Order: sequence, then structure tokens, then C-alpha cells
Amino acid sequence: MEPLHIASAILVFGGTFFMVVGSIGLIRLPDFYARLHAAGKPDTLGEILIVLGLILYEPFSFITVKLFFLSFFILVANPTATHAVAMAAYKRGLIPWRKEHR
Amino acid sequence: MEEGAQVSMRNILIFKFLVLFVFWILLSVWALDHNYPGQFNAIHIAQGLVASAIVVYVLRELILHGEKIHVKLFRAVPYVFWELWQIVLANIDVAYRVLHPKMPIDPLLIEFYVPYRGDMTKTWLANSITLTPGTITILVEGQRFIVHALDKSFADPLLIDQTMQKKLMHVFMEGENDSTS
Repeated sequence: MEPLHIASAILVFGGTFFMVVGSIGLIRLPDFYARLHAAGKPDTLGEILIVLGLILYEPFSFITVKLFFLSFFILVANPTATHAVAMAAYKRGLIPWRKEHR
Repeated sequence: MEEGAQVSMRNILIFKFLVLFVFWILLSVWALDHNYPGQFNAIHIAQGLVASAIVVYVLRELILHGEKIHVKLFRAVPYVFWELWQIVLANIDVAYRVLHPKMPIDPLLIEFYVPYRGDMTKTWLANSITLTPGTITILVEGQRFIVHALDKSFADPLLIDQTMQKKLMHVFMEGENDSTS
């Protein structure tokens, strides 16, 4: 086992962990807005970690540059899409869930 | 619209087209080493031309529509690294709250105003808010931001300290001490 492959495995595992946590959050959290937190953020970090792991796995080549652009694109596109969905819900008058204060 | 503004608008469109086309060449046409031969033939270059033209036409009023942007790149670099670190913190936090059996969340909507003038600054702020712990930008109207926070502890940095707003103000030269303000 090369050290680089171990590092790449750790990164891919970490990315997968965050993606799984995001999926669990999508089921567990109470309402639409809270679920967006679980849908938007873990995906960003998870995908970037997986892509970083793949960059380390391959020897440096043109693929590396493509993967780097991919992670940059995710970093810009993911919050934008989350914001678009949230704004659509807000404009349709969806009221956020509140914890009951007694 | 006056004549000078029209010319600069055309230059911006040409610039966007060139950037997209060079990117296309980089990704599909260029052969960099013998393992991944490029597709250097007429059909791929023609596809690139058509695709770039369509994208520039569809997005002609979105990005870089003639607004002046003042950005200090050497100020942006520390901000980007700070933001990446915030993303890691955000994910650990969301993971903790999701996996905790009792789910310690108390969502609320907050509203605040920013002194920014530039659209680019507001875009960066909105995306940064969405990526950092427990907050999602819901609505941006003029200078008003509506943000959904997963817990009150996440709302306070935006409302009271305003760290992120100040950092971005520094990057985009909209602060009190910068010459353009």
C-alpha cells in the first residue's frame, strides 16, 4: 500500500460519511428548510472530499485538472441551487417549523 | 443606452465567449499526454463554438453585465481558506445535530441589512452564508437578507459580530477606509 493511496482512501471514506449523514438528515429533520441544511452542506464537503481523494489516487495528469475544476464548480453551484430552492419555497409562503416553547 | 456602454457590453460578451471556448478546448480538444488523446477534429471544435455561443446568449444578462467590480485578489485568498475551514466546521456540526438522538435544533428566521452596493459582493455573501454552519440564505432583496438558521447560536455571528460581512467588505473594497467608497 502506498501512503498516497491510504490518504486517498481516508478522504473518500470521509466524503462518503458526510454524504450518508446528509441522507440521514434528509429523513430525520422536521421540515423543508431544515432539510435543506442537510441537503446542501454535507453534499458540498462530501463531494469535494471524494474528488480530492480521486485526485490523490491518480498520478498527476490532465484528469487532475479536470477534477479540480469539478470541485470548484460544486463549491459555486451547490449553495446557489440550495438558495434557489429555499427562495422558491419562501415566496410560495411556506412557514418554517418552530420548536414549541412552553 | 449611450454608445460607450454598448461597446463595453459587446466586449464583455466576446470575453465571456472566449473564456468558455478556451475552457472547452482545455477539457475536450487538447491532447496533453499520450494516455488521453484529445479530440482535435472539426466536429468537436464546432460543437464547442455552438455551445459557447448558446451559453453566452442565454446568460447575457447574468454574470458580468457591465457592473464595475473592485476586488483585491490577495485579500480574497485568506477569505477563501477561512471559508473552506468554515465549511468543514459546518459539516461536522450538521453531522452532530443529525446523528444526535434528540436532535438539538431550534430553527428560526432572521433578517438583517447589509451596506453593500455591488451584486457580486451580495452573491458572495449569500453563498458563504449557505455554506457556513447552520445558516441558509432564503431571500435577498436589495440590501435585505432573510436567513434561515438551524439554531439561535448560528444566528448570532451574523446579527451581532457580523464577521463575515466585514471580511467580505474588506475583500471587495467596500469598507470605510477604501478609496472607492
